[in-house]
Amino acid sequence: MTLDWPTLLPLIFAGLMGLAILIYVILDGFDLGIGILFAAAQDAEQDTMIAAIGPFWDANETWLVLAVGLLLVAFPLAHGVILTALYIPVFVLLVGLILRGVAFDFRAKVPTERKHRWNRIFFLGSLIASLAQGYMLGVYVLGLDVGLGGMAFGALVALCLAAAYAAMGAAWVIYKTEGELQKKAVRWLRTALVLTALGMAAVSLATPFASPRIFDKWFVLPSMLYLSPLPILSGLLFLWLWRQTFHLPKADDRHSLTPFLTLAAIFALGFAGLAWSFYPFVVPDRLTIWQAASAPESLAIILAGTVVVLPVIIFYSFYAYRVFGGKATDLTYD
Amino acid sequence: MDPLILSRMQFGANISFHILFPTITIALGWVLLFFKLRYNATGDSAWMRAYFTWVKVFALSFAMGVVTGVTMSFQFGTNWPGYMQKVGNIAGPLLAYEILTAFFLEAAFLGIMLFGFRRVSNRIHTLATVLVAGGTTVSAFWIIALNSWMQTPAGFEMRDGVAHAVDWWAIVFNPSMPYRLVHMLLASGLTVSFLIAGLSALRYLKGDRSESMWKALRTGVFTAAILIPIQIFAGDQHGLNTLEHQPQKIAAMEANWNTGPNVPLVLFALPDEAARENRFEIAIPDGASLVLRHSTDGVVPGLNDYVGNHPPVFPVFWGFRIMVGTGLLMLAVSWSAAFFLRRRHRLPKPLALLMVPMALSGWLATLAGWYTTEIGRQPWLVTGVLKTADAVGPVAGSHVALTLAIYLILYAFLLIAYLGVLVHLALKAAKDGDSSPLPGVMNAALSQPSAGE
Repeated sequence: MTLDWPTLLPLIFAGLMGLAILIYVILDGFDLGIGILFAAAQDAEQDTMIAAIGPFWDANETWLVLAVGLLLVAFPLAHGVILTALYIPVFVLLVGLILRGVAFDFRAKVPTERKHRWNRIFFLGSLIASLAQGYMLGVYVLGLDVGLGGMAFGALVALCLAAAYAAMGAAWVIYKTEGELQKKAVRWLRTALVLTALGMAAVSLATPFASPRIFDKWFVLPSMLYLSPLPILSGLLFLWLWRQTFHLPKADDRHSLTPFLTLAAIFALGFAGLAWSFYPFVVPDRLTIWQAASAPESLAIILAGTVVVLPVIIFYSFYAYRVFGGKATDLTYD
Repeated sequence: MDPLILSRMQFGANISFHILFPTITIALGWVLLFFKLRYNATGDSAWMRAYFTWVKVFALSFAMGVVTGVTMSFQFGTNWPGYMQKVGNIAGPLLAYEILTAFFLEAAFLGIMLFGFRRVSNRIHTLATVLVAGGTTVSAFWIIALNSWMQTPAGFEMRDGVAHAVDWWAIVFNPSMPYRLVHMLLASGLTVSFLIAGLSALRYLKGDRSESMWKALRTGVFTAAILIPIQIFAGDQHGLNTLEHQPQKIAAMEANWNTGPNVPLVLFALPDEAARENRFEIAIPDGASLVLRHSTDGVVPGLNDYVGNHPPVFPVFWGFRIMVGTGLLMLAVSWSAAFFLRRRHRLPKPLALLMVPMALSGWLATLAGWYTTEIGRQPWLVTGVLKTADAVGPVAGSHVALTLAIYLILYAFLLIAYLGVLVHLALKAAKDGDSSPLPGVMNAALSQPSAGE
């Protein structure tokens, strides 16, 4: 492989897209998770939970727009193939995101007697969007196979991703709240973790067995040795976090961010594993990133902008999180 | 049904619903900045009350715009994969720059604008308002650049059947782009000023004479009265630009079937494409020649020069007339309202009653205008480069029909809810008048539920 621009640019964009998806999954993961946990929360708790994500969700969802945007602009051929194959699940995802996004605002602005309706819509939208994302992941892992087996597997991954998001949501609630709600969130986290672990194991096992090519990438020496830290570390983090749920919340609110960071690390490890499995394909076993990429000169002009703008975006995103740092009950002014 | 027609209907439905909300947020951001700056300059809390009433409308419209915009970014791939395959090298960077320079900026600072009044200094809060308003406008810049490029492509070459960028400056500032951008920004300004004027008129009718109502009402009416003549001029210039670059669209807008001099200005007609003539025509002799060529014997392009290569006449003809008609009505209403506000310091009841439904006149004119220009581009998706029929994806018609039906139900439901909330907010503001608690003073967050709301 020669390292000239036509080779490098698609690689860089695959990396950027992967990064955008990972950031999206982590950030909007906790938004969607909190929506799912709405079903188990009281009225007052729901207001606090919304306050914990209200200032952020919009920017979080923008990472999805960036990820899809990068797929669209950097790998237009893949964008077409993947999205036409996943037509119905994409549609379901969009309906879920629409309902979730508008419910945020409607629930705060409609007359009080209609607030409950929008709370339910917020829950449903979050759940639908999470399930759709999980289903799409499952079907994608199997090479966009939409036979009966693929659908069943998609359904399993859908449930597990929803659980993983719920775990993220619970971890965020642990970080952003205190008192009874925080204790409740610890219990939510423990339950959701089981399903999350199950889901990650399912995807990890299904991927190599669905594709001999991926099997060969993992189960040959010496790659097997280099790769072994990925599953082992994930497993250890899961176990450690599981134990932590019996000790949280701690005095002086120590380690309240730890569950969230641990989950984010687990997500990142799982994502790295997926990336390794599929590289160099953007559509499994059909299109490589180079076959699907746009013209180098177009990629170059996007990259130039990205290099300048992305650090600025990350900087002001951190600023926004800092402005709304601390416990979410503070969100009402003073 | 044919997947092509269904996909077009679906895209049309999605983008029509989407455009309603950016049309509001683009200009409303700047109006909010105006309220904020007036408050900073005068210390008059009525300006801040106006800000807090309208920032809620902004937050809601922004959320509607975001979620429907996400839908758009997926639709390119789900329904129109041929589009990105053919012109992705051009469209891609423009869309990428919109996301990078606008979407994140708006989304990140919106939180501070909505919830940060007491968390950051007043200066930073004002800056957040500037950045959000700027973000919406930058977003409009990029998307209009792309849309205009599809209308009047420039700065590219075709290699192996795929468009490649040659000159980015020419691509962004393509021939129709400056006209369309100005026309759209003014449309946004008019939509917002009529929305503010209309909902303030509703408060007026409910007996609200509070300072914040007067401030919002005056802002809406005077902005509208100033912008509408500018818009009529800008629209005329845009039309002349279209005449130069897309004459077949002008021919359809005027329902002019034959190229020639002394073309009448058709006021009313039912264009009949099968017979290639107008039925029930009412026209001003030589009018179109005069408007388009500034002389009675000016030659106006006719549809006979573009047989098989021109847009459907009926929707383009009527879309244009609805837009212009609405514009003239806006002129009459905003100028009379401005007269009464300046000279009499009150609104006659019939005028206030008329202004309430006119709150949505900007939406009507904007949609009619976009239908004119977008249907007017057919049968091309990118003029001279890609036909709409060649871009549609391999998805089954039944799938498209099903999703289209659900989208339409969802959008109808959301539109009713949205308008319901606007009226609710106006009536609530009318009831509270100047006694409504100011956020930060009474411990009530801007976009959070509070007791009794």
